[in-house]
Amino acid sequence: MSVVLEAKHINKYFRKPVTFHVLKDVNFKIEKGEFVSIMGKSGCGKSTLLYILSTMDTDYEGELLLNNQLVSGQNRDHLSYLRNKHIGFVFQFHYLLSDFSVLENVMLPAKKLAEKSLKEIEYDAIQKLKMLDIENLANKRASRISGGEKQRVAIARALINNPSIIMGDEPTGNLDSYNAENVFNIFKELSNEQGLSLLIVTHDEDFAKKTNRIIQMGDGAIIS
Amino acid sequence: MTNWRVILSIAKTHLLTKIKQTSTAALGVTFGIGSYITLVCFMTGLNSMLDGLILNQTPHIHIYNEIEPSKKQPITLYNKLTNNFTVVHSVKPKLSQKKIHNALPIIKYLEENKNIRGVLPQIKTQIFYIAGSIELGGNLIGINPIDEAKLFNIQDYIVEGSAQDLQNTDNGILLGIGIAKKMSLKVGDRVQISPISGGIFPLKIVGFYQSGIADLDAIQSYTNIKTVQRVLGEAQNYITDINIKLYDIEQAVPLSKIIEKQFNVRAIDIKTANAQFETGTAVRNLITYAVSITLLIVAGFGIYNILNMLIYEKMNDIAILKATGFSGKDVQLIFMSQAMIIGFVGGILGLLVGFGLAKFIGTIPFQTEALPTIETYPINMNPMFFVIGFSFAMISTFLAGYLPSKKARKIDPVKIIRGQ
Repeated sequence: MSVVLEAKHINKYFRKPVTFHVLKDVNFKIEKGEFVSIMGKSGCGKSTLLYILSTMDTDYEGELLLNNQLVSGQNRDHLSYLRNKHIGFVFQFHYLLSDFSVLENVMLPAKKLAEKSLKEIEYDAIQKLKMLDIENLANKRASRISGGEKQRVAIARALINNPSIIMGDEPTGNLDSYNAENVFNIFKELSNEQGLSLLIVTHDEDFAKKTNRIIQMGDGAIIS
Repeated sequence: MTNWRVILSIAKTHLLTKIKQTSTAALGVTFGIGSYITLVCFMTGLNSMLDGLILNQTPHIHIYNEIEPSKKQPITLYNKLTNNFTVVHSVKPKLSQKKIHNALPIIKYLEENKNIRGVLPQIKTQIFYIAGSIELGGNLIGINPIDEAKLFNIQDYIVEGSAQDLQNTDNGILLGIGIAKKMSLKVGDRVQISPISGGIFPLKIVGFYQSGIADLDAIQSYTNIKTVQRVLGEAQNYITDINIKLYDIEQAVPLSKIIEKQFNVRAIDIKTANAQFETGTAVRNLITYAVSITLLIVAGFGIYNILNMLIYEKMNDIAILKATGFSGKDVQLIFMSQAMIIGFVGGILGLLVGFGLAKFIGTIPFQTEALPTIETYPINMNPMFFVIGFSFAMISTFLAGYLPSKKARKIDPVKIIRGQ
């Protein structure tokens, strides 16, 4: 199995207000098709780790490899490109562009990537929405749909560029159990059927137990 | 690579969903540019009218024979006294003729100069207007009326009749309006004049002349050069003044010096003759530009404020865009293009508003004794003002958008996503 994401000796410090060692020598690999969850108490650094892995946070020590290529130390424009093409993101608070329609929200990352024509992108976007059972929402404003629906739109957006890995920062944290279950099933399906790698930070033990592997963190280090 | 279509579509959506703020910002620009255009058209219109009042009638170079004492008194020619201190009492001006020596060849020569637009001969003389037993002192100027109209806009000051009438009428006179009033004369009447040397000549009134300067209108009249020559009993080469109009007024000073040297005459350039006038014009222009720039800067700050607000409101959007792969540069371009669109739309509207207002001012009646032919407020619609106004709209919105958009570029998405 090929390795999608690899972290080598990642260390991070918070400098303000006092220097604080947040991540202590974090090492792990995620292989293609793996569904991994990161668990740990609040403040143990799991979100911090996720944002380093997502390439948005560049202030760390150590090496990060995406598809076996070194990401650390690349310039920001290139990181933006990598994020656009290889990483899909799902946040806790479903972060959609509220002024845009659902369809536009899903299409935006693909438009930015500009590898396909507008028609192809639109077709892809509708396919993703169909897969998540929300194609009927396509033309609604993103601010006019429910929380569970928003999270599914965010997943569709994360999928639009067929990324190598999807990362989630407590994607079910803000949802009721019915919708949380729903989101989990979508992730599971993507992992099983499309061989997509997933890395999800979560507090939800039930959620984590159902994943392939749990990375348990405590005080900035991987415990198990 | 920059994907302009995506960036512009995002900018458009942002602008359209906040249409109230967008239009407030655009109206700020519209107001600034509109008032700039109106003000500058109006002010420069008034300025050029005031300039025209003096400058249109004033030759760029005026050539005449000055009556003055000789610079070299005979005693200085006496070699034996060169190292002595001499005092000459009661110096009198040199007896010289009023006419310019060789005037016709000089005119011909000057007409061939490429910098010169026209050369006009004039004869100035003192006369008396005779009404019964009353003699009124005055000036009579002999001119070529058609050329004078072409180069010095004399037609703007003819309230009745025309330059053509004067040209066509032998023994015609264009009477100053002040004299006409004093003597209760009307067009078609005859007025008797008498030169200093004596004799009485009846001239037919073809029109009235009103310069706007009452003192002048009470004494000055115009007639054909030939008529004056006949009245004075002089030959055809009797010319007392030569007026030169140039293509470029800046050439007046050097050219007048050359002419003085070459022909041994007095040549006064317009700058020397109207120095105080230039200062007035410069100060008025300065005020115009100071007010305009203030207006535009105020508009610029309005845009800066609104874009700043917009960026605070769109923090989430910025974070999402960055998280999904838009670079800082893309985000900056999104907000820059919003600023530029506001500037463009506001600027165009401002030009239209300014054009409309200026046109409107141009229809307001404005009557003044000084300018008989002007009926409405003068407006100077120089296309250059529109170009400047529009460029300033674009530049100021660019600057006003640059700082906030740079901030948007630097926003750290992690902080915003985690902060919530």
